[in-house]
Amino acid sequence: MKNKDPKLLVQSAPLLRQNLTTPAAMKEVWIAILPATAAALWYFGLGALLILLTAITGAVLTEWLFTPKDKRRFAISDTSAGLTGLLLGLTLPPGLPLWMAFLGGIVSIGLGKVIWGGLGSNLFNPALLGRAFLLGTFPIAMTTWGAAGGPGDFFQVHSSVFAIPFMQGGVDAVSSATPLGLMKFQHQATALWSLFTGNTAGSIGETSGLLLLLGGMYLLLRRSIDWRIPVAIFVTAGLFSLIVFLTADQPVSSPLTTLFSGGLLLGAFFMATDPVTSPLTPRGCWIFGAGVGFLVVLIRLYGGLPEGVLYAVLLMNAATPLIDRYTQPAIFGRKH
Amino acid sequence: MLSLFSFGQSFAHGVHPPHHKEQTEDLPIQRVPFVSRYVMPLGQHIGVPAQAVVAVGDSVYRGQLIAKPNGFISTALHSPVSGKVVDIGMHRYVDGSFKAAIEIAADPYSTQQFIDPVTAYGEANRLAAEQMTREQFIDAVQMSGIVGMGGAAFPSHVKYSIPDEQEITDLLVNGAECEPFLTNDHRLMVERPEAVIRGCEILRQQLGAQRVAIGVEENKPESIAQLRQYINPEMPIDVVPLEVKYPQGAEKMLIKSIYNKDLPAGQLPRDIGIAVNNVGTIVALADYFDQGMPLIERIVTLSGPGVEQPANLVVPIGTPIRDVLDFAGGLKKHTREVIMGGPMMGMPIADLDAPVLKGTSGILAFTHKETARPPEYPCIRCARCLEACPYFLNPSRLALLGKARLFDDMQEKYQVMDCVECGACTYACPSNIPIVQLIRTAKDNLRNKKPAKV
Repeated sequence: MKNKDPKLLVQSAPLLRQNLTTPAAMKEVWIAILPATAAALWYFGLGALLILLTAITGAVLTEWLFTPKDKRRFAISDTSAGLTGLLLGLTLPPGLPLWMAFLGGIVSIGLGKVIWGGLGSNLFNPALLGRAFLLGTFPIAMTTWGAAGGPGDFFQVHSSVFAIPFMQGGVDAVSSATPLGLMKFQHQATALWSLFTGNTAGSIGETSGLLLLLGGMYLLLRRSIDWRIPVAIFVTAGLFSLIVFLTADQPVSSPLTTLFSGGLLLGAFFMATDPVTSPLTPRGCWIFGAGVGFLVVLIRLYGGLPEGVLYAVLLMNAATPLIDRYTQPAIFGRKH
Repeated sequence: MLSLFSFGQSFAHGVHPPHHKEQTEDLPIQRVPFVSRYVMPLGQHIGVPAQAVVAVGDSVYRGQLIAKPNGFISTALHSPVSGKVVDIGMHRYVDGSFKAAIEIAADPYSTQQFIDPVTAYGEANRLAAEQMTREQFIDAVQMSGIVGMGGAAFPSHVKYSIPDEQEITDLLVNGAECEPFLTNDHRLMVERPEAVIRGCEILRQQLGAQRVAIGVEENKPESIAQLRQYINPEMPIDVVPLEVKYPQGAEKMLIKSIYNKDLPAGQLPRDIGIAVNNVGTIVALADYFDQGMPLIERIVTLSGPGVEQPANLVVPIGTPIRDVLDFAGGLKKHTREVIMGGPMMGMPIADLDAPVLKGTSGILAFTHKETARPPEYPCIRCARCLEACPYFLNPSRLALLGKARLFDDMQEKYQVMDCVECGACTYACPSNIPIVQLIRTAKDNLRNKKPAKV
């Protein structure tokens, strides 16, 4: 029998779709992280740029290698692997040898994402998993912080950046301590203004509070991230540190310093809000954010490390399936 | 319109698709000319198909009973034209399957004017609606063939059969028309407000309801103004503006928006004293009780980017869809899909020669631009579906379980059967996952496993 209307589809409803696609959602995060990345280049120069590019290369290459041939272009085109690489790079110290950054990129995607089943299936934030791996494997290189410079020093690259793989690189002479390290080990406070502009030692992308805040605001306004998570983190971390600040007998960070120092802003806006590894339910997001905020301050004050964002987020990532299970919203008409 | 600036009443969650009503909202209702051939499927309502009472070769007049209800959850069918029965057999249905139907060839010499069968053909006289008992009223509605005109086509008399121990206090009239593109209810309210109000009064009296609320989305200010103008101050009828949000017209959402009541799962509106009816159904009641016209025609919105001349049309039920499209200039060259109903919950039309049904609120044509889909990405758990679902289900989880065909888990842990398939989740999904399609598959599988409940 001849088909009378050969061009007509029978595709079931709904026919309409909103405009946002998953790659477009990724693009929003790229846009939001751009200001902080620019600040990283301003303060840490060419070395930072090389580290970021190396981490991205490691991540994208791994994604390409471990994706079935026919899905490769598709998997790379959603730009999620590149984003993971960039976020990892932003958490690394500016003097880190490039080969370590490359390895970090490989681990982020390999153990953080591909092994779980690819995009959407991983339990832990891939970028943070990569950083945790590097911190455990190369504790000295990962805690040697170069001081922030200015645009005039753009081409001055720490010699350690070009260290030969698997050889013990000499520790760089111009290392300095991060604001959190100063507070924890020397009880020295850093001026809030420096934290705000980013003119301090620290990971490549975590220093400029102002620009991270700007990027975070963009994501919130575009509704790309769940607003509950950063709000819960700030409120919990702020309140907890306020209580400690008012009751402690030795100098500790003020609540504002707590919020603007270390990786808290980067973590709150760009790591904890990763939709794949944070809860689905609104109530779950509150619990998740509160947990991160609480753990960050707990680790910073009472743990052996000066910084706690990494483990706070990873721990709450692990709790996410459980949180989801117990915070299912009441179904309409079943609230008894 | 942003919910931030809305003053209309509403429910929680839902989505805001562009409403696309500009194409047809100002076009007056036109009548489609009679064509040569009509097909009346016997089972175009929910329930048992009707039983033919005419034979091949019989002459029928416009509005004559051609099939009687076969049981309680079944309704009557009437001839949409004066003409001759040429076939009773299997005919192509909208979804592409074959269904039993009566085919009628229109009499080319007839004026096709509708005359009340009581005066014209000596049918038994009816009482005025006000003098009928509840039983007489329910029988009359069943014999009028009136079904829910919003799209579900559930026989209306079943809805009006309220058990003795229950009392209806509120009649809720659904004029929300939340589906994009459709303007058939809107034009009805603008052009025939007196019929809407007459129908409300008939039904309110019969059901013994104290109040009537007509819910209309705010993007139809003309409808709201027209209705308000025709409402007599003594009548207990209220027009309630609602926020423009999908699925505002879903029964439970509408009850939530207007009365702020959560209808418990598994219960009917009548269990909490409410009767919900579409404005189209209300007008059909008025036309039947005042003019004797059974349900033989309805208003259909013809729209969408693939239609040459969008229109609001009065179409005799049984008219082949192709003839309706031809009347409006046909389809554009790049049309890829034609659907019946709205774009969110409508049914794709498999064969353009299938007839317009009692539940056909719209015929919409879409081009490549709307039907092309980006590739499907994995779920990134962005939770947009959770924020879209008016039932507070977890569509993300349901889709994942649906792909694994873990249907029992979908029901036991995530209550998939509570889903009304409004498609808001699928609209909101940035990864283009066919969530509602996976849910439909699961529901079908679960239903077929258990003995069907009536």
